[in-house]
Amino acid sequence: MEGFIDMSDSQKLSRRQRNQRNHRRLAGYTLVWLVSLALVYFGHRYLWDGAALVTTAMVVLNIIAGVAMMMANKKLLAGLDELEQKVQLEAMALALGAGLVGGFAYSALSQTGVLPFHAEISHLAVFIALTYLVAMVKGVKKYQ
Amino acid sequence: MKNRLKVLRAERDWTQADLAERLDVSRQTINAIEKGKFDPSLPLAFKASRLFGLTIEDIFQDE
Repeated sequence: MEGFIDMSDSQKLSRRQRNQRNHRRLAGYTLVWLVSLALVYFGHRYLWDGAALVTTAMVVLNIIAGVAMMMANKKLLAGLDELEQKVQLEAMALALGAGLVGGFAYSALSQTGVLPFHAEISHLAVFIALTYLVAMVKGVKKYQ
Repeated sequence: MKNRLKVLRAERDWTQADLAERLDVSRQTINAIEKGKFDPSLPLAFKASRLFGLTIEDIFQDE
């Protein structure tokens, strides 16, 4: 996986090359983050027999990978042009708002026992991701 | 905001992609500006004015 590139390097690249490179970097760090998260669950149960110290260390590594992923996303956003940034901002705002409102409503339904199943954080993550995707598609169409 | 980007681009026989590359933005952004769906920032407007050798007011007009 590629490390962060310095400004002089990025300035030599065309916009398309720079964006492709930023997307690849984000995809790479996202994969590392996901694998490290899966490893925490899998390893805790099957690899290190529930040793709390190892699990804690793996969670710390997962957080480090998550921070790297966030930095890669920030770099990707910084490399976009102003309209692309606007579309992203609007999509992220909607996803954040929907996640907050939907998340608390979902939690309330779960805690009051109205939901017939157990509420999972992964449901909320999928809901936020889908909201973001729909908002992105709408945003792109809006400015076409 | 109205603008003359399409006319200025056509005078130079540039495609939207050509202009986008010169201004370091996406073709979709040029398309949105030309159609009046998106107003460029001041730095991008200055960049366009330098590229065409015109003032910002020559390119962009307030409606």
